[in-house]
Amino acid sequence: MDKLSAAQKNFLAARKRHHTLVNVCRASLLLGFFLIWEIAARVGWINDFIFSSPARVLACFIEMAANGSIFLHIAATLSETLISFFAVMAAGIAVALLLWRSRGAAEVLEPYLVTLNSLPKSALAPVLIVWLGSNVRTIIVTAASVAVFGSILTLYTGFQEVDEDKIKLIRTLGGTKKDIMTKVLIPHAVPLIISNMKVNVGLCLVGVIIGEFLAANQGLGYLIIYGSQTFRMDWVILSILILCLGAVFLYWLLNLLEQYYTRHFFG
Amino acid sequence: MKPVLECRQVNFSYHSLEGETAALIDITFSVRQGEFLAIVGPSGCGKSTLLSLICGLIEPETGQILLSGQPVGAGKTNVGYMLQKDHLLEWRSVYRNALLGLEIQKRDTEENREKVRNLLNTYGLSAFTKSPPSALSGGMRQRAALIRTLALEPDLLLLDEPFSALDYQTRLEVADDIGTIIRKSGKTAILVTHDLSEAISMADRILVLTHRPGRIRGILPVSFDFEEEDTPLNRRNSEQFTHYFNLVWKELRDDG
Repeated sequence: MDKLSAAQKNFLAARKRHHTLVNVCRASLLLGFFLIWEIAARVGWINDFIFSSPARVLACFIEMAANGSIFLHIAATLSETLISFFAVMAAGIAVALLLWRSRGAAEVLEPYLVTLNSLPKSALAPVLIVWLGSNVRTIIVTAASVAVFGSILTLYTGFQEVDEDKIKLIRTLGGTKKDIMTKVLIPHAVPLIISNMKVNVGLCLVGVIIGEFLAANQGLGYLIIYGSQTFRMDWVILSILILCLGAVFLYWLLNLLEQYYTRHFFG
Repeated sequence: MKPVLECRQVNFSYHSLEGETAALIDITFSVRQGEFLAIVGPSGCGKSTLLSLICGLIEPETGQILLSGQPVGAGKTNVGYMLQKDHLLEWRSVYRNALLGLEIQKRDTEENREKVRNLLNTYGLSAFTKSPPSALSGGMRQRAALIRTLALEPDLLLLDEPFSALDYQTRLEVADDIGTIIRKSGKTAILVTHDLSEAISMADRILVLTHRPGRIRGILPVSFDFEEEDTPLNRRNSEQFTHYFNLVWKELRDDG
């Protein structure tokens, strides 16, 4: 490294101090929250049968980890989320491309897509149970239905924003619609597709939990609904905490993908 | 020998819900092998429309456009089109941008790739082959776009105000650069511009269009007697330049 001027060193140090301070504040906020919760439960400000407590949740986790049941529930929810997520992305990209290729079809279908997208998808779940049965298939379809229509609309709108002159360029070079798609449209849309993935992974998780509330005998959603009905609040709180971590984990994975892309393909 | 391009009584209108707008009326002219034609006219006179017609992106409503005697799209005449902006794709390296046309036409053989690498060398871009286009200056980007077009070895080169997005100094340099490249390689070219000096500095003939709808106002031959090389900058420094400028200017002004 080259020698830095004193002013530059000061600047860097100040930035680092600020960064550390933010991290310390974040960590103390979380620790403080758990600490107050624990104290409140022990002293008796809140009823730990209803509100649970960090220590109870931890004990509950250790117990369920020992007999392996918690991993079964996590695996169920995670696999359902991932399957519906990949289904949504595949369907979203495929349908958006088809709509882009056929402007007429897009015009005809647009009002239906908008309606389906605004429909609260939880309303569909009971119908799907009747049609598909109370099983994993229903959960996955419910989860996919939450995200897929919005995904199609977002990607289609993004595809339309591609620069008309770039399309003209491909045509002047003798290219067909397929060339426009592979050389301009898709590379142009990769950042959009990745940001759409981030939205969809969250929505799929929402859909899986809705599905598990209604049609499951395992998974974190099942654990939450069953726990709340039988007043096993430790289960409920533990499941919610795991869901928080899971959502962060999936988002982090997609962030890695995004960083990889920007580093290797100019962005 | 058949002219590279022949336009016979070409008419074209744009249609919208508000009505019909005539863009070009009764356009008849031809371009010889190796000739450099400039088309000038006020903005909105249908200059770019004319290039789109020649390139086959749109079809004339009446009239005929022939490339080496064949209707557009039917013959083997290869038309290269250079757009106003370079439109280099940011997700491709400079080299892969230059290969884009060859890739699309399924002609990216090792031999052609070698040719592109030579072009990049010749035009001073060899150090940037692996860089993203954003690493290039405006003038270099335009040269990269020219290489992308030349890689296809077009029989006819269409230039649609290719320098208008550049600042003035770069513009003079790049026009000199590209004008010299085209003249040396003996390419047949059509340049569309609203800049009279640019047209005079580069062309063998200047076709003047009227206000919309565009009609042909006149066609002026341009020739400079030079001892040194015939380049755009040398032309700009010549005494004849002002004479031609006034001629074209008068032609445009008579429009009313």
